Amino acid sequence: MAVASVGANDACPEGHALPNRAADLELAAITKAYGETIAVDRVSLKIPAGTYCCLLGPSGCGKSSTLRMIAGHEFISDGDVMIGDTVVNDLPPAKRGTAMMFQSYALFPHLSVRENVAFSLKMAGAAKAERLKRADDLLALVDMTRYGDRLPAQLSGGQQQRVALARALVTNPTVLLLDEPLSALDPFLRIRMRAELKRYQREFGISFIHVTHSQEEAMALADMVVVMNDGRIEQVGSPREVFNAPKTVFVAKFMGGHNVVPEGGKSYAVRADRIKLARPGEAGAKATVTDVEYQGMTVHVALTREDGTDLLVTLAETEFDRAPVSVGDTVSVGWQPADRHELAA
Amino acid sequence: MATASTTREEKRPGSFYALSAFFALFVVFLYGPVVTILILSFQGPSGGLTFPMNGVSLYWFERLWSGRGTVDIGSAFQRSLILGLTVMVLTVVISVLAGLAFRKKFFGSTALFYVAIASLIVPSIVVSLGIALEFRILDDILRPLLYQIGLLSRRGNSLGLFTSGLGAHLSWTLPFGLLIMFAVFNRLNKSYEEAARDLGASNWQSFRHVVLPMIAPFLIGIALFGFTLSWDEIARSSQTMGSTNTLPLELAALTTTVTTPEIYALGTSVTAVSFTVIFGTLAAFVLLQRRRQRRALAD
Repeated sequence: MAVASVGANDACPEGHALPNRAADLELAAITKAYGETIAVDRVSLKIPAGTYCCLLGPSGCGKSSTLRMIAGHEFISDGDVMIGDTVVNDLPPAKRGTAMMFQSYALFPHLSVRENVAFSLKMAGAAKAERLKRADDLLALVDMTRYGDRLPAQLSGGQQQRVALARALVTNPTVLLLDEPLSALDPFLRIRMRAELKRYQREFGISFIHVTHSQEEAMALADMVVVMNDGRIEQVGSPREVFNAPKTVFVAKFMGGHNVVPEGGKSYAVRADRIKLARPGEAGAKATVTDVEYQGMTVHVALTREDGTDLLVTLAETEFDRAPVSVGDTVSVGWQPADRHELAA
Repeated sequence: MATASTTREEKRPGSFYALSAFFALFVVFLYGPVVTILILSFQGPSGGLTFPMNGVSLYWFERLWSGRGTVDIGSAFQRSLILGLTVMVLTVVISVLAGLAFRKKFFGSTALFYVAIASLIVPSIVVSLGIALEFRILDDILRPLLYQIGLLSRRGNSLGLFTSGLGAHLSWTLPFGLLIMFAVFNRLNKSYEEAARDLGASNWQSFRHVVLPMIAPFLIGIALFGFTLSWDEIARSSQTMGSTNTLPLELAALTTTVTTPEIYALGTSVTAVSFTVIFGTLAAFVLLQRRRQRRALAD
C-alpha cells in the first residue's frame, strides 16, 4: 500500500548540518482575543523537547491561533510562551528559536529552491558562497540536491514540502511549527509525506508541533495528541490514550470509531469494533439495521436501537460473513461492560 | 454509410456571422481613425487634409519637427514627456505605499478608500476648474505671507506644470493605481511576508526581497497607466497648466487653427510615443522574466 517506501531515498543526515538544539516548550494560560471573541482560552501545555505533538481539532477550534502565537505571528493577548528557559512573548519570530512551515509552504516563487533555502542566511548578511553551501547541505538532507536551481513552481507538492522543510531547518530551530503541512497534497502523497515528516523529526530530535484537523494524521504521527475545541484543550495524551479513553463526548465523536451511548443519564463511549451483533432474541438490546457499507477489510453496519440511539458497528469482513445482515433486519446488539467508557459531559 | 469518409463539419449558427460583423465594425471604429491619420500624415507637400493622397512624403514631419511650421511642438512635447514620466513614477510609488498601508487594518480605512475612488466620478473639467480656483485662492492668501519672508515675489500665480498641473494629473492616475494595487495585494497571500519574517527578514528586507519582486509585474502595469493617462489628458490639464501648454492642449488648440496635414504628423508622433512607451515597457518586462528564469536554471 501507500505507506510502503518511507525511506526510499535514505540520505543519511550529516551530523554537522543540524546541531541538536531541542528545548522544552511551555504554554502558560495563553489567550487570544479578537475584540469580544476569544479564539484561544487560557491554554496551558507542556511539550518536552523532541516530541512530535499534534494540535488536533475542527476548524475554528483555536489550534492555528495557538501555533501562530508560539511562532510569533500572532500577538499573545494574555499568558506566556516559554521556550527552554526564555519567555518569548515579545521576541520577533526569528529570535524565538522556532521555525514555521506554512500551510501552502509559502515558498518565494521568484527565487530558486537554493535561494529559498538560503533566504534566512541572506537576511542575516551571510556571504553568498557560505549561504549557498549551507543551503546545499540542507537540500542534501532532504534529498533535493538535484532541484536546487528550479523555481518552486517547477516542483511537485511533495518536493515543495521538502524544500519548505529545508528552508525552515536552515535556521537551526529548537521547535518546528507546521501549519496543516499535508493539506496541500493529494491523498496518496499525503500518506507518503506524513511518513517522511515523522522520519525527519526522529532524525533531528527537535520538537515538531503540527496543526491538523485529521485525527488519522494525528494518530499516525504524534507522540502527543492535543485535542482542542472552542479555544480550549479537551484532552492531552498519546494517540492510544486519547483514542481508547476519550474523556469527553467531543473527543469520542471527533476521534471517530466511537459510539456515544446514553445510559442512565450518563454518556458512555463504545468503540465501533467492540460492539457484538447476535441473532434477535439472544442477549442484548433489539436494533434495526439501517445501512450496510462494504469497506474492504471491514464492513460498517449502521443500526438504530429500540430506544432511538444510532450505533455504528465495524466488523471484520470474515466476521460479517459468518452472520451477514442486510438493511431492515432486526438484530440483537451488545458489548462487554469493560468496553464502555464513561464520558464527561 | 459506406460513403461516410468525409468528416462532418459543425455548422455555425447565423448569429455567429452577425456578431462577427458587429465585432469587425467595432475594430474598424477603434483603429480606423488612428490608421487614417497615420496614412494622411505622410501626405505629399501639396496635399490637403483629406484623401486622396497627393504623393507620399515626410514633408509634414520635417516641418513639424524643424519648428518652421505653425506648431511649436518641441517644448510642449518635452513638457508632456517630463510631466508624464514624473506622474508615472509618483503614481507607482504612492500606489504601492498606499497599498501596503491598506494591507493593515486601520481606523477609517474603508471610508478613505471610497473617498479616494469616488473622486473619479467628478467630471474632469470640474476638477480642473476647482484646482485652478484653489490655487488662486491660495495665492491670494499665502503669497503676501511668503513674500514677507522673501520666498516668493509679490505678484504672479502659482499655477504651473509641476504645481497645479502635476496635482491635477495625480488626482486622475492615483485612484486607478490604488485600485490596481488593491487587486494585487488582495491576491498576495500574507504568508509570504510571514515566512520572510519567520526567516529573520526585517520589514524592509521582506518588502525588498519578497513583496517587491512578486508585485513587480503589476507595477509595470501601473506605470503604463500613469504615463498614458497623463500623456493624453486634456480635461484635467485645461485649467491647471498656467501659462504653459502640454502636448494635448497644443493639439486641441491647433485643430481649430491649422489647416495642413502638419497636425496629422503631430498626431502620429504623439501616438508613436505612446506605443513606444507601452511596447518598450512590455519588452523590458518579458526580458526580465526570461533572465530570471535563465538565471534560476543556470545558477
